[in-house]
Amino acid sequence: MADESRFVTLASNAAAPQALRPDVTSGRRRLPLAWLATVPFFAYTIAFLFLPAGSVLIGAFQDNENKATFANIRLLFHHPYIDAYRTSIEISLVTAVLGAVFGLLIAYAAIRDGTPKFIRSGLTTFAGVAANFGGIPLAFAWIATLGPLGVVTTWLRRAGWDPTEHGFQLFSKTGVELVYMYFQLPLMILVIAPAIDGLRKEWREAASNLGAKQWQFWRYVGIPVLMPSLLGAVILLFGNAFAAYATAYSLTSGTVNIVPVLIGAYYTGNVLDNPHLAQALAFGMFVVLAVMMLLYIPLQRRAARWAK
Amino acid sequence: MTYLRLENLHRDFGTVKALNGINIDVGEGEFLSLLGPSGCGKTTALRLVAGFDRPNAGRIIVDGKDVTNVSPNKRDMGMVFQAYSLFPNMTARQNVEFGLRIRGKHRSERGSKAGDLLELVGLGHAGDRFPHQLSGGMQQRVALARALAIEPRVLLLDEPLSALDAKVRVQLREEIRRIQLELGITTLYVTHDQEEALAISDHVAVMYGGVIEQMGSPAEMYTTPATPFVAEFIGTMNRLEARVVDPATGEVEHAGLRLHVDAARQRSAGERVLVLIRPESLEIQAAGGDANGGVDGNVFRGEVITQTFLGPVTRVKVVGGELALTADMSTARAAALPIGSSVVARVPSGDLRLLSLPEDGMASVGVDPDAE
Amino acid sequence: MAPSAYLWLGLAAIYFILPLYATLAFSLKKNVAGAPCCTLANYSWVIHNSDFWHTIKVSFVLAIETIVISLILFVPTIYWVHLKLPRLRPVIAFLALIPFVVPPIVMVVGLLRVFQGTPHWFYGEPWGFLAAAYVILAFPYMFFSLDAGFRAIDVHTLTEASQSLGASWPTTLVKVILPNIRAAALAGSFLALAIVMGEFTIANLAAFHTFPIFLQYVNESAGFPAGALTLLSFMITWAAMGSLLLVGRRRGGRGAMIAGTR
Repeated sequence: MADESRFVTLASNAAAPQALRPDVTSGRRRLPLAWLATVPFFAYTIAFLFLPAGSVLIGAFQDNENKATFANIRLLFHHPYIDAYRTSIEISLVTAVLGAVFGLLIAYAAIRDGTPKFIRSGLTTFAGVAANFGGIPLAFAWIATLGPLGVVTTWLRRAGWDPTEHGFQLFSKTGVELVYMYFQLPLMILVIAPAIDGLRKEWREAASNLGAKQWQFWRYVGIPVLMPSLLGAVILLFGNAFAAYATAYSLTSGTVNIVPVLIGAYYTGNVLDNPHLAQALAFGMFVVLAVMMLLYIPLQRRAARWAK
Repeated sequence: MTYLRLENLHRDFGTVKALNGINIDVGEGEFLSLLGPSGCGKTTALRLVAGFDRPNAGRIIVDGKDVTNVSPNKRDMGMVFQAYSLFPNMTARQNVEFGLRIRGKHRSERGSKAGDLLELVGLGHAGDRFPHQLSGGMQQRVALARALAIEPRVLLLDEPLSALDAKVRVQLREEIRRIQLELGITTLYVTHDQEEALAISDHVAVMYGGVIEQMGSPAEMYTTPATPFVAEFIGTMNRLEARVVDPATGEVEHAGLRLHVDAARQRSAGERVLVLIRPESLEIQAAGGDANGGVDGNVFRGEVITQTFLGPVTRVKVVGGELALTADMSTARAAALPIGSSVVARVPSGDLRLLSLPEDGMASVGVDPDAE
Repeated sequence: MAPSAYLWLGLAAIYFILPLYATLAFSLKKNVAGAPCCTLANYSWVIHNSDFWHTIKVSFVLAIETIVISLILFVPTIYWVHLKLPRLRPVIAFLALIPFVVPPIVMVVGLLRVFQGTPHWFYGEPWGFLAAAYVILAFPYMFFSLDAGFRAIDVHTLTEASQSLGASWPTTLVKVILPNIRAAALAGSFLALAIVMGEFTIANLAAFHTFPIFLQYVNESAGFPAGALTLLSFMITWAAMGSLLLVGRRRGGRGAMIAGTR
């Protein structure tokens, strides 16, 4: 360690305070050599990211004799596959919008003037940790809460109101949505907090000074300025929920009909026996997510511009 | 006739007394500046007037009515902030129209009013630009137009020029004053730039440590500062700690040198005072003959040791023995007295001011008025 | 504090804390229905379960392997890009967004197909197939952490100073650059740890026995011990994220990022 730090100190001291400049090399011969060093990285991503992704894309359009066909894709538009997409999109949309709205309210409550600073940092810390909850442990936690023998279920029953008699079922689409909020809300909080910080105090005060009430500020200034970030966050949350597998799988033991679970069924339950159908399903997911991505990037740019 | 009154305002933040009993009367149509260094309480006072903060004690009265407990959006005051206050999602025109929109004014009325005001601030052509497309100076003009659009009873400005370039600052401050005079709006202006305050205000209130050190016209503040702090803060001043020797002749003694100060005749012998000499009051001439740092009446001998070129005026530092004086003269004259010249400095006994000093206190309050 | 703030923060607190409390309650329940609280029998069951230790070890070793491969692969690359190929940086940043479009569920489909014929030591072992996939999963988080770390130091000046003192490239990288991006590398590593310890999708579909797989198995088969197990797995995630925050705070790093174990 001492050896290391000595070297670092020596180098730092010897470093002249010159301006940063890109490494200007003479002539073209140098360039190919510099690129060579990035080969391992690109080779790896090609092998383990692009090849698999490509194989899914291609496989979606093949049949069992490896001939090109649209049959699998066409199948996606029939039951139960189209239902799976519908349910997936619905769950993702619901948790994205609700996550965005409530996440915004919670984040704003923590950040606004008047709230002690420790609440904000506590919430951000918790959100950072909670956004990584998910999958199996989260599913169990909710079964322990609102499942048939759940803690809250038992409390409600003792209070005289049995949720199952009123149609509530944790192992359902609604249940999945409720559980998904557990990682959607923290994600929203983390994403929107910087945008809320960007709402300058001067805008609030200027609006108030000019006669605006609280809601008028939000209507004319606050929400419009936040809108690009809000929309971007909705898209992010949508993609997050859409791609999720483990939580729904564990919560419903694989019974809820969403696309990831359907894909998983092929590999775990031998329910599907056409690998290309699984690939078509995956391709369909890829398309939805790619569309989301294309909407997200310009929104991010817009949001950054107003943050000036 | 007082239009805006700050009555005995107190504002504490924990143990810090940001405002310790402020009393200010602003007449109708008057332009009053709150002047002082950072932390003196001037912005706190302004924010109390605007309603963004409540005083711990005291009242704010506008046109005879107590507005201390009125929420900021009902006080009918227009405020221009230091920076960043334009709504980024609206054009300049939409920003200016905002207050009118809140008041439910009709679109055509809003449009024509906004147009007039943008013309007034010289931005008639830039109405459709967004804030991020405007320079700092232009943004502040829009902010001014926006504040004026609601025809406020009082105009409040919180260091509106601090974030701008020097040249833009000078230009814009004159325009603000011109517009204010034209519209006759009662105005409260906060700044730390004493030159700015003196240039455009009807009255200036110098603040320090949450209290008002002195309030008066710019000329009063400049020629007759009432406290050592004000003397140091406003303009450049030669300050000599001295003791009254003989009130009958107005003689005081500073570092072994004798000075004649008319104002010393009102003092008692042995009293500790601060002698103030404005740089422009000193008359500097080339010395003829011997050059010891002696004193003869209010004549000092010394040597030019530095010259600072300030454009039309050059600031010259003369040192003779224990005495160091700063004198301002025209650049042409300064050219005739290069560094190293022996000179004689004269100042009439009536041009010297006196301030009381506590027996053990320091004369300097550690503020550099030339620091920005 | 504004009344509405109390409302929303209160509701949030209830929503987030209830499931955690419920897990704790379940973990302390006796296996007999209706019996009063409390027992540590479930924790004992977990601690004495050999599968628990086996799978935790597998997942942990996998995580370390992933971290090591990631660092070896990404640190020199990002260093090189910052130093010599700045125009490549946006390309790599774009690549780091690909896993958002190709999530684990999609990736595993492709992986299983492409590497079907490969030898058993790769395709059949978690140290091969899973680690390879996990490096890709960790890539975005590693990249953003390391990239931020490199941007915070003056790569050119340090490198030139080091070389002017006679150091070779490897020496420069190891003795000069690495110590300066240590916080960023640690941050990325803790995120990778959290990801691998919680990754279920790929492991499940590719039929490997990692810790999350064991978790799910217990969930399906043994209700009350599952509570204890879940809580223990929360602890592991929190420990990783806690270390991440500590490291980040000490060097003033960026806020915690979101890894995915959904």
